[in-house]
Amino acid sequence: MKIIKIILIIFLSLYFSQLKSDEKNNELENKILKNIRCLICQGQSVYDSESDFASSIKLVVNKKINDGIQEEQIYDFLKKKYGVWIVYEPELNKNTYILWFLPLLLFCVGGAIIYKKIKKI
Amino acid sequence: MKNKIRLFFLVIFLSFCFIIFLKGLDNSNIYTPRISEQKKLPIFQAKSFNSDIYIKSEKIFEKNSFYIVNIWASWCIPCRREHPLLMKLSKNKSVKLIGLNYKDNINNAKKFINELGNPYFQILIDKYGTLAVEFGAYGVPETFLINQDKIIVKKFVGPINQQIIDEIKLIIK
Repeated sequence: MKIIKIILIIFLSLYFSQLKSDEKNNELENKILKNIRCLICQGQSVYDSESDFASSIKLVVNKKINDGIQEEQIYDFLKKKYGVWIVYEPELNKNTYILWFLPLLLFCVGGAIIYKKIKKI
Repeated sequence: MKNKIRLFFLVIFLSFCFIIFLKGLDNSNIYTPRISEQKKLPIFQAKSFNSDIYIKSEKIFEKNSFYIVNIWASWCIPCRREHPLLMKLSKNKSVKLIGLNYKDNINNAKKFINELGNPYFQILIDKYGTLAVEFGAYGVPETFLINQDKIIVKKFVGPINQQIIDEIKLIIK
């Protein structure tokens, strides 16, 4: 009886750890798919789209996750195939410096102006 | 004086923003694929159209020969339109045509080939469209020209026409 209980505990713990890992993979897959642009359906992510292109990308991403490939590597693969536009979040390079740093610069300048005004009062 | 300087900088800043947004209006927000980019031929394995055998890409694409990979499907109307041109191109000895049957019903695909002729040296099956992703394609029909060094030198999105055929012929000369 004791042996059966032990076997049952081991079996259940293995089963639940498998479920948890599947859940984790699903979360990662959804996160990636939401960050990939569907190139043939304007304004939709691959996650939201039901197009042929999106369904193929979903399969590719799913396979890559199951193969243990990291999130960044999946993005790199897709960027290599379709260009950087496929990813919603633009990468930091010389073409996107203004995009990334201008808001920060404006925030600092605005903050400095407000600080100066408050100090005057 | 101080206010004038401030106003001057404010006008400069607003003009700068205005120009950036104005230029942004000109940019199309519809995706246009890059067709001039040279990419290495992907390494893959695919099921043959005529048998259940899986073929490795290394066995299909030999060195010192030009290849054309054409993604097609029997349900694709533009594929039907470009097929006679592919038939003509298949007569050219300097290039081998590889067909990639995209998300198709095998019986319909066979009917399509029987009806319109087979221009392909080899037909591969891409049942789920994942192989097309390896090529960087996003629909049908799409055609890729591969050179002797196994580099994709040209990508033609949409059905090919006589102008494209002439362009291909010029490259493979």
